[in-house]
Amino acid sequence: MSNISILFRREFSSFFATPVAYVFIGIFLVLSSVFTFFVGGFYERGQADLLPFFNFHPWLYLFLVPAIAMRSWSEERKSGTIELLMTLPISTWQAMLAKHLAAWAVLGLSLILTFPLWLTVNYLGNPDNGIIVAAYFGSWLMAGAFLSIGMCMSAMTKNQVIAFILSIVVCFIFVVSGSNIVLDAFKSWAPSVVIDVVASFSFLTHFEAMAKGVIALNDLMYFLLVTICWLFAGLVVIEQKKAD
Amino acid sequence: MISVKNLFKSFNGFQAVNDLSFEIKPGDVVGFLGPNGAGKSTTMKMLTGFLLPTSGDIHINNLSLGQSALEIKKKIGYLPEGAPAYGDMTPFQFLDFIAKVRGYKGAEKAARIEQVVEQVELQEVLDKPIDNLSKGFKRRVGLAQALIHDPEILILDEPTDGLDPNQKHQVRELIKNLSKDKIVIISTHILEEVTAVCNRVMIIAKGKLLFDDTPNALNRRSKYYGAVTLHFSYRADTSELGELEGVAEMEEYLETGRVTLFPKPGAEILHLVTAHAQRCKLPVDSLFVEQGRLDQVFREITQEIVQGGNE
Repeated sequence: MSNISILFRREFSSFFATPVAYVFIGIFLVLSSVFTFFVGGFYERGQADLLPFFNFHPWLYLFLVPAIAMRSWSEERKSGTIELLMTLPISTWQAMLAKHLAAWAVLGLSLILTFPLWLTVNYLGNPDNGIIVAAYFGSWLMAGAFLSIGMCMSAMTKNQVIAFILSIVVCFIFVVSGSNIVLDAFKSWAPSVVIDVVASFSFLTHFEAMAKGVIALNDLMYFLLVTICWLFAGLVVIEQKKAD
Repeated sequence: MISVKNLFKSFNGFQAVNDLSFEIKPGDVVGFLGPNGAGKSTTMKMLTGFLLPTSGDIHINNLSLGQSALEIKKKIGYLPEGAPAYGDMTPFQFLDFIAKVRGYKGAEKAARIEQVVEQVELQEVLDKPIDNLSKGFKRRVGLAQALIHDPEILILDEPTDGLDPNQKHQVRELIKNLSKDKIVIISTHILEEVTAVCNRVMIIAKGKLLFDDTPNALNRRSKYYGAVTLHFSYRADTSELGELEGVAEMEEYLETGRVTLFPKPGAEILHLVTAHAQRCKLPVDSLFVEQGRLDQVFREITQEIVQGGNE
């Protein structure tokens, strides 16, 4: 446990030792506001909630989370520090978990820093703050799932650009499998079971309810399981290819 | 104690380490020598638990590396090739991180960091990002990191690569001054380094162990071991030198005015040569006994197998 917290602190502070975290948080705040106000029509809807804010999160994460995950293992490989890390008396899973938690904490911080939106909506009306808190939690959970995919891709290559593109592609598959475009393509021929299965793999489907503040156990479990599975896959990749 | 039995490692069909077996006892300072790509680094990576062997056993202090990797890693200090470190940290932050992972806390941690910083003389750069440091300082940060927990086993992959002569000297002194009950393994390309710090030499080529003995024994394999070289101020009649008792062969280099006399096996020729030089009033202005030429022995030992492999 103490190993994880030592590694976590190193990873977390390394985000802030370089401009990575600042740039990421800055861009996240700007883009989420742009989506909320201009694309989501925050004012025009005339409703005191943050739905237009949360609805765009899957699409925002699709590009931003791979950007923060891509360096996690790729850089260790490139600079050779992976050899140092793996010969310290720690387990690989501890390193993996610490890296994930550190990046997840940065994502959490970015979400917390969107609080002016919450203040705005409270100033303008009387939203159900319980729903907003639940939606924030759901969004953070989904970010963790995106992140674990990025970690696994980063574990595969020493090239950050490749890690970035691969994770966008995989994340994209997970996001769009629930969108109407994909589901319509299946609807004409596939039985409803198949459609349900495809849809059930989608981040969109599971996040839909969460964005409205409903935290159902199956959605919760879905994101946790996706996270754990991808982290485990990343672990296997690291163990197999750490010397390459 | 390190005990390695029938160690093999192959990468996609390339045999990097080929049936390596050896034992290293506390107090041994082992120099790993070998041409590039000989399997030195691969062997070191397996000893530190970074790479898994394709087959074979590694036991360290009677613990199997396969089963008790974590326990063993606590006892090893390792400087990987190129001395990688987290460039965004300062040496102090980096050493602090390593010390914490190694289980040090509070005052003890501070004392350990202070000691290694002093040992490798990092004081002046402690608060500069490692990325901005010169190659020599980076290497020293890597050394400090390997020494911080005063390990029983120290494995250093090319510790003096990229250092200036003063720094090289400093690192060699550092290794010499480590306590005498440690195991130290150093890989290097620099042959003099082996005679300077090691008490045991292992030569590896093509993944095979070709030589395992003291540096002195390596010297003794040289044709030049015990040979006497003379330098003349002007040309003189040297023909009789070759006829002296105990001299097997004479090489004369006219352009430099040097003559080298090779003794017959086991023969001491120095006193005969000096006596002859005095008797015949030869214009000798310098004379010395060769210690053996390591580069030539190294070439002989390693080229044998390289050529043998190509046939």
